[in-house]
Amino acid sequence: KGSNEESAPSVSANSIKITDITQDGETLTFAITSQKSSSSAGVCVFRTYEDFDWLQQSLLSQEDVPGLLGVIFPPLPGKPLPSTSFTQAKALKQFGFLALGDEWKIYCKALELYLQQVAAHTTLSKSKALSSFFSSTESPGKHRGKKGIFKRLSHVMEEMRKEGHKDVDKFFQSERDSCTHLSVLFKVSTEKFLDTVLTKQKLAVACGHFSTSLHLVCNHDNPAAVTFSKICLKLSDIIEAVKVNFEKVSDNDVSSMGLALDLESRYQEAKKEMLFRRTCKLVELEAANRNSERAKPNKKAIMEGVQKATQKEFNLISSVAKKEIEQYHRARVSVLRDFLVSWCEKQLSTAQETSALFSQHLEACRGFVV
Amino acid sequence: MKMAASSERSPPPFPESEEQELEPDLEDEDSDEGADIFTGGMLSDVVMDPPLPTSASEPAKDIFSDAPADSFNDPLNKTSAEPEKTESTGLSKAQVVSLVDKAADDEDLFSDPLGESAAAPVTDTKSAPLLDLGEEPPKSDVTEKTASAAVKEDVSAEVHKASQNDVVSKPQKDIFEEPLKGTVKEPATDVFSEPTGGAAAVNKPARADLFGDDDEEDLFKEPLGAVTKKPQVPLFTEEPNDIFTEAKAGSKAPSDLFTEETFTAPSAAAAAKPSVNTGSKTNGLHSDEEDLFAEATVELSLDSPHNDKRKREAAKPSVPASTLSSSASTSKPQPKTLEELEEEENEDKFDLNISVTNPEKVGDGMNAYMAYKVSTQTTLSMFRSKQFVVRRRFSDFLGLYEKLSEKHAQNGYIVPPPPEKSILGMTKVKVGKEDPSSAEFVERRRAALERYLQRVVCHPSLLQDPDVREFLEKEELPRAVGTQALSGAGFLKMINKATDAVSKMTIKMNESDVWFEEKLQEVESEDQQLRKLHAMVDSLVIHRKELSMNTAMFAKSVAMLGSSEDNTALSRALSQLAEVEDRIEQLHQDQASNDFFIFAELLADYIRLLGAVRACFDQRMKAWQRWQDAQNMLQKKRETEAKLLWANKPDKLQQAKDEIVEWEAKVSQYERDFERVSATVRKEVIRYEKEKTRDFKKQIIRYLESLLQSQQQLIKYWEAFLPEAKAIA
Repeated sequence: KGSNEESAPSVSANSIKITDITQDGETLTFAITSQKSSSSAGVCVFRTYEDFDWLQQSLLSQEDVPGLLGVIFPPLPGKPLPSTSFTQAKALKQFGFLALGDEWKIYCKALELYLQQVAAHTTLSKSKALSSFFSSTESPGKHRGKKGIFKRLSHVMEEMRKEGHKDVDKFFQSERDSCTHLSVLFKVSTEKFLDTVLTKQKLAVACGHFSTSLHLVCNHDNPAAVTFSKICLKLSDIIEAVKVNFEKVSDNDVSSMGLALDLESRYQEAKKEMLFRRTCKLVELEAANRNSERAKPNKKAIMEGVQKATQKEFNLISSVAKKEIEQYHRARVSVLRDFLVSWCEKQLSTAQETSALFSQHLEACRGFVV
Repeated sequence: MKMAASSERSPPPFPESEEQELEPDLEDEDSDEGADIFTGGMLSDVVMDPPLPTSASEPAKDIFSDAPADSFNDPLNKTSAEPEKTESTGLSKAQVVSLVDKAADDEDLFSDPLGESAAAPVTDTKSAPLLDLGEEPPKSDVTEKTASAAVKEDVSAEVHKASQNDVVSKPQKDIFEEPLKGTVKEPATDVFSEPTGGAAAVNKPARADLFGDDDEEDLFKEPLGAVTKKPQVPLFTEEPNDIFTEAKAGSKAPSDLFTEETFTAPSAAAAAKPSVNTGSKTNGLHSDEEDLFAEATVELSLDSPHNDKRKREAAKPSVPASTLSSSASTSKPQPKTLEELEEEENEDKFDLNISVTNPEKVGDGMNAYMAYKVSTQTTLSMFRSKQFVVRRRFSDFLGLYEKLSEKHAQNGYIVPPPPEKSILGMTKVKVGKEDPSSAEFVERRRAALERYLQRVVCHPSLLQDPDVREFLEKEELPRAVGTQALSGAGFLKMINKATDAVSKMTIKMNESDVWFEEKLQEVESEDQQLRKLHAMVDSLVIHRKELSMNTAMFAKSVAMLGSSEDNTALSRALSQLAEVEDRIEQLHQDQASNDFFIFAELLADYIRLLGAVRACFDQRMKAWQRWQDAQNMLQKKRETEAKLLWANKPDKLQQAKDEIVEWEAKVSQYERDFERVSATVRKEVIRYEKEKTRDFKKQIIRYLESLLQSQQQLIKYWEAFLPEAKAIA
């Protein structure tokens, strides 16, 4: 633990930016710039999704961090699939908001947030893997790290019944209940919000068609119909303005509220996983308790040893988890607040712009002599 | 060539048409609304007519040279022979225009049009005389050659002289000094009513055709509506009436006087015309004075488009000219009245305000029907009171349409179609399901019926129809029967049949007038475009509704998040957000119905109206077909006669000759019919286009207002939410 702190001066979380993205076939490469908190010199590295995955695995499989299982790991978005064979509908189903936006803009934003959260995390920021992720010229993902606890986790996943296991701690029991509940609610809200955004985009497209068709109505041959043509052109402009408004509004939605909801629902999921890991440890501990009670005298000492070790580990996990949860609750409120405020401000300014534009159009329309 | 055509054709139509077409009108409308001061004159006019044309040119010349004496002959020749003179009068006319403008400004007459389009009135009025200049000589030629027609008009003018002088002198008194009036009035009415009558016989229908072609009409109609009794109005409206009359006036009178005479002359002309019209139009829509002015306005507004058109059609002048001149006589009285009405309508829409409200289910089960309250507010004296309410059921509306289309469609009028019957929608209502879709159906139909009635009463000739009045006024209406044919698919089938027939006939018809060919094509492509637009608006509405629904669901899930959230500030903000989203949902919903009721319904109306437009083209084709058939028949009869002559069978020869005479009469009758229908169709299509432009403008403004309002609401909502979001700690 100590060595970690000395060897890796942590990266300043706020300085982490994904500045560019290039696509080469099926592979997306992200340009990531960052600054060490100790110096003002910027570093730029190029990372693929495999590198991100490697980082996440390394974080999950750190062996020298006590109570690691109690950490809420910042959630890494799923693997992007730039393939053309991957339809928009499928991408939306898998990535939700992250599939929206031009050129993976929203996805980059989500990755950026992930890195910032890792770098801001008290324990994870000290990881060697993170520091090499931000500085190594080589692509760290190429040397596949050890299979992390994910493997072990997936094994445990089979025992889903443990999810409903009664907790010994009231705090954790209520956290588990509310987390399960909230995680579902956030997922639903994200889906519903995504629906509204998609409908707005459809409306923008429909307005575009309408506006184009109105252009075609204009009759240039007939001088008597000039006024009517003018009116149609004006209407075409108005519908175009409506279309632009829809585009702006849906962009605002995606880049602030949509991202926030997506992040929050993934975080809820991460928290749930952490709680589940602790529950698994609890189940393990209870088994050890029973074993040591029932153990024959010759094995009693060993069993008690196991029980004590497990108890200690469990207590450590629980205390880390408690801190993590508190930390997370503080962080999420401020993150959600920021997103909500920025969303509201964006919508407000868009509405004001659009309203001004409509006023202009209205004046122009009233000026038509029929 | 044009002139020859018109002079040949003009004489016979007058007695015939006026007797045939005016008298029924008189009977019809007189019985409704009592006598008019001009009725007597009108009738005597008709009685006096027949002898004149029989000896067409002879007596004409007599009167022509006798009555007006030097004052008439001289200027007439001058104007036709000397372009310089014409020009100078044209210039002085410009002066008149400016004079009028000034006066108008003083009176604030122009405040409206000026506001609407900066310098429009001034420039337009000035361009009108300029256009006239070019067209002048031919016009006066026409007058000379259609002397007989002119003479006839003269007679009628003289018949009405007494009343005309009264009317004309009234405005004059206001503007000009007494002595001037005295000197001018006498010769003016005598002399100028004559040529104007002749010219009007030729020009008026032309204008009638082109009516609504120009912005000018708009410019003038407002001030007219504002102050009909102001002296400026007659001045203004008369001045461009006909330059050739002015030319005469200008050439023989001192410069001071000539302006005055200019006014007197056209007003006399105007007076001569309405005297015919008022005879037939006895609804008491206007005072006599207003009639005169409205009349004059119509002429004014039509002057320049007419000339425009002529210039454009310069290459093929004979066709339109003959069409115009002959349809002149036939369609003159009625369209004139209509134009006045239209003027009146345009001037002040509040003259007749119709609303359809309170849809109410009457009865139970499958015999149930919807009844609507039809409220009318009007200042028109053709109605018994200023405000009245009747209850009508849907089939009554359809019945009204049937009656109207039976009477008017064959004459080439665009009869606005009512909304179709909807068996599905009505069944839902009948079953009594109180679901939103049936409420929407009822509201949609109510609005459609209202627009339908408004379109009907906006149409000057339909408003005149006794059935319309009955529909609006009469307490109990006989049950409309046979409207089943109009229901849903049947209705569409009917329209489609009509359009099929049109397209089939178009192939056969060797179109003599490119205008109709082009217009029909325009109408057809417009139909397709509107259908496309309608489909797009439909999908827009569907998406809007979807958005509204999605927003509602999002609002609900945000509300649940808010109630499950532990952090109090966040929970509060989320609950507020849920409320904001709820309101936004309402906005989307409102916007969806705005999209629908403003655009989708507007487009649907116009798709239906286009069906009616096509139908009026169809009527024109039918008239043409009848004329062609008659011509073929005449040809056969002539061949028979030739055969009989050759075979030397004198006994049958007389019968054959009689038949030829009979068919010759039919051919000319049908030709006139065709030309009358053509003229009406032309006018109706132009009117339709104008109404369409006006309608679209109105609806777009309405739509924009709704968009703007919705954005402003949004601003309010977000502004209220922002502090809540910031308060999360």
